[in-house]
Amino acid sequence: MKRIAAAFAATLAGYVAFGAAAQAQQITGAGSTFAAPIYGKWAEAGSSATGIKLNYQAIGSGAGINQINNRTVDFGASDMPVPADQLAAHKLMQFPTVIGGVDVIVNLPGMKPNELKLTGAVLADIYLGKIAKWNDPAIEKLNPGVKLPSLAIATVHRADGSGTTFVFTDYLGMVSPEWKSSVGSSTSVAWPGGAGGKGSDGVTATVQQIPGGIGYVESAYAEQNKLATVQLENKDGKFVSPTMETFSAAASNADWSKVQNFAINLNNQPGAASWPIVSATFVLLPTDPKDMKQSGAVKKFFDWGFTHGNDIAKQMLYVPLPDSVHQAIRTAWQKDVPGTM
Amino acid sequence: MGDAVFAGFARASGGFVLLLLGGIIVSLFIGGLAAFRQFGAAFVVSPLWNPVTQKFGGLVPIYGTLVTSVLALLLAVPLAFGIAFYLTELAPAWLRRPVGTAIELLAAVPSIIYGMWGFFVIVPIMAGTVQPAVIGAFDGIPVLQDLFAGPPFGTGILTAAFILAVMIIPFIAATMRDVFLTVPAVYKESAYGVGCTTWEVMRSIVLPYTRVSVVGGIMLGLGRALGETMAVTFVIGNANRITSSLFGAGNTIASLVALEFPESPAGSLKLASLLALGFILFVISFIVLAISRILLRPRLKG
Repeated sequence: MKRIAAAFAATLAGYVAFGAAAQAQQITGAGSTFAAPIYGKWAEAGSSATGIKLNYQAIGSGAGINQINNRTVDFGASDMPVPADQLAAHKLMQFPTVIGGVDVIVNLPGMKPNELKLTGAVLADIYLGKIAKWNDPAIEKLNPGVKLPSLAIATVHRADGSGTTFVFTDYLGMVSPEWKSSVGSSTSVAWPGGAGGKGSDGVTATVQQIPGGIGYVESAYAEQNKLATVQLENKDGKFVSPTMETFSAAASNADWSKVQNFAINLNNQPGAASWPIVSATFVLLPTDPKDMKQSGAVKKFFDWGFTHGNDIAKQMLYVPLPDSVHQAIRTAWQKDVPGTM
Repeated sequence: MGDAVFAGFARASGGFVLLLLGGIIVSLFIGGLAAFRQFGAAFVVSPLWNPVTQKFGGLVPIYGTLVTSVLALLLAVPLAFGIAFYLTELAPAWLRRPVGTAIELLAAVPSIIYGMWGFFVIVPIMAGTVQPAVIGAFDGIPVLQDLFAGPPFGTGILTAAFILAVMIIPFIAATMRDVFLTVPAVYKESAYGVGCTTWEVMRSIVLPYTRVSVVGGIMLGLGRALGETMAVTFVIGNANRITSSLFGAGNTIASLVALEFPESPAGSLKLASLLALGFILFVISFIVLAISRILLRPRLKG
């Protein structure tokens, strides 16, 4: 809710400022709801320096991709990287903007945040319905000394199509071959069991209402709402808590040089401090813009965000990209996207 | 001159409604054509909804839509009948208007309010008190233990049906009250004159006289229950499977479309399947409303 309020405040501030700088250039974007607050904040903070006003519609990643394919907006925003063949077919260039983690939250009486430890395989078995009680030996083995109740595990997932679901199910597929073969990963999947909540708010409220509930939400959301998160085992076999540091570790341990179109998968990265469920959110730009001025302004807007917006991002609990990636994106702009900044 | 313009305008307005309705049906059908082509008639009977493997079927949401609506009717009709009966026969005259107004106000509450109320008030009660008690009480009794099984999520088919019932009670009650009032006073007076009790008058005079219209009013409520989206989304649990338990999570057509639409790329099979489901819902609602119109016609005319 706070994010929505922040986005709303940013939009409102944009309108107020509009009168003062009527000749400011307006750019339009649409897509990811996850990234909407940071784009709004960047637009607000950077408008005096860049002279650019942002009109962003948080309509969901899928809808954002549709809009940029139809060229009804200047840029699209998606939480899921678009496959290379579709980028080529619709003449699009793709780059990441910020990184976020996905947290696992639980409702267990008396359990403190980050007290419970789970491995990816156990988490997958829980969502597959193979582990149905909290005092299952598989969970007890990971948590010696922690008193686990004989409660039924109530799994909760996003009911609406969501980039968060894609990241979460993609991770489960990496750590559980059975998950990969029987469920797979997508913005919405055929869940083996449990209940669905609408949006992060719905998942949170459902988990909080059911003792024994478990769910997954974006980290910023979990942080703001002080939810009981759990530790997960990462690829190096270390248990880590979801924090800015562990998200950053995952991002900097990833090998960005090998991926095309920046379509990096940050899940299950190596490194002792890496949080295992991490993803970037992406922006899509036309490589054949109708209006060079607009295209240049979009690049200028994100360039400002990369240069001056990292602290703003951190305050809003997003993880900035490594500097080397910022530089690689600027190089790619030069090469693929016409229009001067 | 003025008459001709007005007649033309009125005629065009009427025609526009038909055009709009036809346009919606046709565009939904064309949008869903890819799904019907791909899956054929099996689309209606397949319980699969798997965006990963691109296999889509409509059975679960169709089942959920029909079951929640019918359950809601079972809960709502007796209550609505009681309200209408009380308002027309029993209530003191000074109370009829305030209660009648309250019912009309209930009908005007936006569905999102019912959804939030259901999620934050009814669901915890269901999860904490009602469901554990019922599951415990029926444990070991054949059939009933399957009908009321499962972890007490609080959400599910029955909770959705309950919220829907609360939402459609005002519609049904208001219609029933209106048709009960159309019964000529002389019939009722005569019945009272030969010594009938109030209940006997209701059963033998009012109900037979208004039976058809009452069914029409119920159908009107059913029409609203079928298409309700937000309130149901909040409390049904949103799971694409059919369970024997009334406490199990389910899905309805309207709810599934609302949830999946934003993440369905243009031209995808998923979008086509959602539009196909929209078409099916349109057809179901159309049939229900057509029946209600046909049944209501003889009474509302007078």
